[in-house]
Amino acid sequence: MYLAFRPIFVFVLLAAFISGCNSRSHTSSAQEPPHGGVMQPYAGKLPPDDGQWTMPAKDYGAYRYSQMEQINTSNAKDLKLAFTFSTGTVNGLEAAPLVVNNTMYIITSFPNFLYALDLTKAGAPMKWAYDPKPVASAKGVACCDLVNRGGSYYNGKIIYATLDGYAIAVDANDGHEVWKTKVGDINIGETITMAAQVVKDKVLVGNSGGEFGVRGWIIALNADTGKIVWKAYNTGPDKDVLIGPRFKPFYDMDKGKDLGVSSWNPDQWKIGGGNVWGWISYDPDLNIVYHGTGNPGPWNPDQRPGDNKWTSGIFARDADTGEALWYYQWSPHDMHDYDGINEQILLDLPIDGKIRKVLVRPERNGYIYVLDRTTGEVLSATPYGHITTSTGVDLKTGRLQMNEALKPTPGKVVHGACPASPGVKDWNPSAFSPKTGLLYLPHNNLCMDWESVETGYIAGTPYVGADVKMYPGPGGNGGVFSAWDPINKKEVWHFDDRFPVWSGALATAGNVVFYGTMDGWFIARDAKDGHELWRFKTGSGIIGQPITYKGPDGKQYVAILSGVGGWAGAIVTGGLDVRDPTAALGFANATAELPKYTNKGGMLYVFALP
Amino acid sequence: MKTLFSIAVVLSLLAGCDREKRSYKDQSPYVEEAPNKVVQSDLHPGMMPPPASTEKNVYSESAYDVAEGQKLFQQYNCSGCHFHGGGGIGPPLMDSDWIYGSDPQNIRATILEGRPNGMPSFRGKIADHQVWEIVAYVRSLSGLLPKDISPGRSDEMSLGTTPQQTHPQYPKKEQPGLNREEKPK
Ligand code: HEC
Repeated sequence: MYLAFRPIFVFVLLAAFISGCNSRSHTSSAQEPPHGGVMQPYAGKLPPDDGQWTMPAKDYGAYRYSQMEQINTSNAKDLKLAFTFSTGTVNGLEAAPLVVNNTMYIITSFPNFLYALDLTKAGAPMKWAYDPKPVASAKGVACCDLVNRGGSYYNGKIIYATLDGYAIAVDANDGHEVWKTKVGDINIGETITMAAQVVKDKVLVGNSGGEFGVRGWIIALNADTGKIVWKAYNTGPDKDVLIGPRFKPFYDMDKGKDLGVSSWNPDQWKIGGGNVWGWISYDPDLNIVYHGTGNPGPWNPDQRPGDNKWTSGIFARDADTGEALWYYQWSPHDMHDYDGINEQILLDLPIDGKIRKVLVRPERNGYIYVLDRTTGEVLSATPYGHITTSTGVDLKTGRLQMNEALKPTPGKVVHGACPASPGVKDWNPSAFSPKTGLLYLPHNNLCMDWESVETGYIAGTPYVGADVKMYPGPGGNGGVFSAWDPINKKEVWHFDDRFPVWSGALATAGNVVFYGTMDGWFIARDAKDGHELWRFKTGSGIIGQPITYKGPDGKQYVAILSGVGGWAGAIVTGGLDVRDPTAALGFANATAELPKYTNKGGMLYVFALP
Repeated sequence: MKTLFSIAVVLSLLAGCDREKRSYKDQSPYVEEAPNKVVQSDLHPGMMPPPASTEKNVYSESAYDVAEGQKLFQQYNCSGCHFHGGGGIGPPLMDSDWIYGSDPQNIRATILEGRPNGMPSFRGKIADHQVWEIVAYVRSLSGLLPKDISPGRSDEMSLGTTPQQTHPQYPKKEQPGLNREEKPK
């Protein structure tokens, strides 16, 4: 079938080349990442490291960094496979394995198995398996493959959430269910895909469903009992959002009463999105949790005039009560499905001669934001990929400046909107190395054509209203792995990949950084100059999050789940037909060649030095 | 477009209402009985094929039906899960793979009863004659209908149907940095 399209493809290339000649002005308005960043060791405080991996990012600050340094730039080339384990699943594996008390825990995509592997025995045999038996119908309301991004360990329990809307705690020793709390309802399109995050004695989870008109929320449950402690919605009246007297947003655009109602047409906030399906960071000194909010629904922006609070933004909340302390909106009245749910790395950085408590956010809309995490003030917003949809962030008002020419309008097809909906970076988290002071960013280089179409809300079915077709951006590569200097706000180096780099990143004190590619390579690079140290071809494409840990034998191990899928890999897991370029919300077109490179199937790979 | 869309929403709101359900049934005798008789298997114990279903596709597969079905496919959000046939949440409908059968009766049963892995049941939510129109459109997607009554795909999507692998303003060039060109060290 691919061959049959060759001639057309060549024609498109030609056409693209010719049209490139008369659209210079537009091209030149595009923003690119500045180059020339430098390494500078991080001077801030580091969390203690016991060689385990007990929560999604290893630590509350979202560094995804290990202080282990047995594997270093000179011996990484000798890395060998230590053991493997088949997950028995065929959908995309996005989770980070957990390692606690010499046991490794694997949380899979649907049907959300939880496996415990005994690291003290040769080949790490299975200790037990837990099957939550989620209902199969949940698969119909998951927007983008049937992924799960992981869980947390707390007080003898592994806690995670299932696609069909349950938060579950399982005894870490014997695999029996300790508690199970229903928090989501698939009949209104709610699913859960995010990694449950433990914060002190609570566990936080939120709902997915931004493509189904689902009203977003985040819930805190008592981690021992599963009882709901607080719940905050991200649209609607202040009392539902847990906005009260302590709420002090930095910018005027986020101030006012009940903006979660008044920034929508009547009642639209009830089906307005703002879901919490990404990452949560926690600052123990400030006792604040930080979480992003997803895109507003439907995608078609003309059907929801207004700023659509509190979607596509970030909340700082009191970790005990959930009360909102500040909020900032990355993409007011989002027009391109730029969810605001990516990771936030909590750093204390020197800025204009002063150490500031900041939060670094590589945002889907294409900018790396540095925010004062005590106030929500934007200190900088710098492009880290190719951007045409906006021209920058006005630091006085905090507002993203949109490119009028690329606003979706009814009856018009918008061409060359960059980044495409999955953003310069989607959910897949970056890693920060205090040794180099750099942030390692697995990300996308995608643009799109977009046509808004009117859509009606039918509960439990998609609420999108856009035909989208994505394709690789300038250069023709779909993905990039780059190193970023957060102080000078410049890229240090980057390596392109044919497909979006949809895996997470891992940084280590041995100055080795790890990530995987969608065609199945697990790659180690030198954290300083990025040169490749080692690579291993796994059985399927990699969209998981690498981790490293200290084994019972005192050795350093590196683990990754291989198993293509996710939004970017839906073409493979769903067997999609690329003759329809809008398949999978337009992503299938951008990864149309992926089925020639990889196949589905989940497997854990663990590596060590001989 | 707008009115049709509101009708769809109103219909879906009224779906729980018994009186509405009966009125659909009045339009067509086929609503309640048929889908159970749809054969789902190619295995016939005792080598005896089951008697053919007596159910008929009451609306012919005309160009009009297909065109109406195409609009309804959008209005009932089938397109939200199946897109324009290429699939996403639900499987592709433009290829030759059928999990639950490609006969009009099979497809009608899929729509009315739903399927276990995430296909919602639209029973009582879509008027029966509309279900048949959708069936005709679904079948046209994979070329099961004669060409002259299948819709031109360009009507449905101004985005065009050409797969495109490059940014419109930048021709694809070889990437010296592409890591796959690097040799493992
Ligand atoms: C909420 C998402 C969703 C919506 C809305 C939806 N479908 Fe489906 N559809 C699915 C899923 C998921 C499957 C696969 C079910 C299975 O394998 O059990 C499916 C299966 C099907 C099949 C069977 C394909 C086969 O290979 O046998 C047909 C036909 C179909 N859908 C047509 C429709 C039509 C027509 C509509 C609108 C009236 C529609 N669908 C709406 C998700 C959806």
